[in-house]
Amino acid sequence: MTTKQPDGWSSKLGVIMAVAGSAVGLGNFLRFPGLVADKETGGGAFLIAYFISLLIVGLPICWVEWTLGRFGGTQGFNSSPGIFHAIVRKPWGKYVGLLGFIIPVGVYFYYVVIESWCLGYAWNSFGGGLDLGKDPAAYAAAFAGFTGQQADGAILALGKPFCFFLGVFILNFIIIYRGISRGIEFVCKWGMPVLIVIALVLLARVMTLGTPDPAKPELSVWNGLGYMWNPHDIGKGLSNPAVWLKAAAQVFFTLSVGFGVIITYASYLKKQDDVVLSGLTATAANEFCEVGLGGLITVPAAFAFLGASAVAGGTFALGFNVLPQIFAGMPFGHLFGGLFFSLLFIAAVTSSLSMLQPGIAFLEEGLGLDRRGSVALLGLITAVGCTLVVYFSADLKALGTVDFWIGDIGIFLQGTLLIYIFNFAFGTERGWEEAHQGSELRIPKAYKFVLRWVSPAFLTAIFLMFVLKNVAGWNLSFAAPAFTPTDPILDLIGGPGHPASGVARLTAFFLLLFAAFAALLIHRAGKRWDAR
Amino acid sequence: MTTAGLLFMLISVGAVTSLLTWCLVKVLSAKKPPEHLAHVEPVEAKDLDRR
Repeated sequence: MTTKQPDGWSSKLGVIMAVAGSAVGLGNFLRFPGLVADKETGGGAFLIAYFISLLIVGLPICWVEWTLGRFGGTQGFNSSPGIFHAIVRKPWGKYVGLLGFIIPVGVYFYYVVIESWCLGYAWNSFGGGLDLGKDPAAYAAAFAGFTGQQADGAILALGKPFCFFLGVFILNFIIIYRGISRGIEFVCKWGMPVLIVIALVLLARVMTLGTPDPAKPELSVWNGLGYMWNPHDIGKGLSNPAVWLKAAAQVFFTLSVGFGVIITYASYLKKQDDVVLSGLTATAANEFCEVGLGGLITVPAAFAFLGASAVAGGTFALGFNVLPQIFAGMPFGHLFGGLFFSLLFIAAVTSSLSMLQPGIAFLEEGLGLDRRGSVALLGLITAVGCTLVVYFSADLKALGTVDFWIGDIGIFLQGTLLIYIFNFAFGTERGWEEAHQGSELRIPKAYKFVLRWVSPAFLTAIFLMFVLKNVAGWNLSFAAPAFTPTDPILDLIGGPGHPASGVARLTAFFLLLFAAFAALLIHRAGKRWDAR
Repeated sequence: MTTAGLLFMLISVGAVTSLLTWCLVKVLSAKKPPEHLAHVEPVEAKDLDRR
């Protein structure tokens, strides 16, 4: 008698596209260009630090996640807690995977909200609703209005933004309900090529902008490219810890390593399916979108129309304030603007789907739920989290709090744990052999040393620096160190001139409750796994 | 843009584009595994409790 296994990838290209789709997001097209263009910490020094970080942290951890994921899958586990349970083989092992459940689900709380902004902006742009003239304040006001930043609960009173959010939230769960191959893989196999084609169309448009205003010949695409890519003082930059911190953090976040996603996706592979070439290809696809496309579209376009001041303002400001103004100023701008926000929306969908699957996998194998039950329970959990983010929209405080504690600190912590578990619980030698099972590519031998010593040391150093800077408020100076608590900390404990934020406290309390609830579920799942 | 800036851009963009192209060629020209990936593979029902 035969039957069929429940779910899995239908092709190698499918899983590569899904992992690449998970990695390619808003950061590729908005955050990375802003970092390269930064006058203090950008330029050639940033790029050198970025590529070194990619080689000694990003790529190795990527291979580690693919390898451990596939190993966990062969042991019958698809979720982070289950996979670490199989690897560590001690009662505490499954709790190592706690972050692999709460990070993707927690990030989804706010990521789906941003995703709905992209869809809303695409819709408005195609319809000509984003042409607000030449006043930058009008675009900032429109963004604040659309995202409900004026007051808590504002978005609930606005018909369209809330409808976009609801629609995107439901759409994600419809896709995830269809499963790995018919849902995630199908969307990514179509979505990623469409995303690249749209990006190439936009790239062609930007490269042919020339000098949009002949009265200001200094504002040209060529000078915009120079603003972004001119190397500045490389020696000085490379001796600046902030450059390394920003470069390593960008590599870490852009590849979705330490997220709990790759390990889950790879768990649906079979023992003889390649992971080395697949991991490298997914990484290369992400880097192509980030460096090759993201690095050439947004900043040169913003510089050519508005000059250097438009580029410095952060991810949201560049994407939702500056770029709509630029599209409004070019022929067929509503069309190109619509395409750009569609691109962001596709990138966001493929990423948000990847945040749900680790949760689905855990609820199915940990609690024994079927697909319908796991989708319903995860839908309920994320609905509560999303409601918190959507309702407390004033100054995007709830969104910022979840992003900091889960999306920044949590991911770094999980990535660091992952590399230590690989080396000291699984074993470097065993992991090396496991990675090459069915491999179509040999990893250079030098990487064994990198995996064993360089990656953990580098990642630990970067993680400590990240915490010291973003939690303790270190000024990144070794000569004259100073510590000033950062906004996320002051939001919780208050300080001179910075009262504690009730919303930030409530959000942090909710995240603690969520983590405790997840730990309880893992405890229960452990009993189920032990009884196998 | 300075010559150094142009070089940085060409090397960075060229490197990632070449790497992706090389990887995709390797993936698409690789031998197919002897069995299909997991979800369509028939397995014995008695083995299911091990998953």
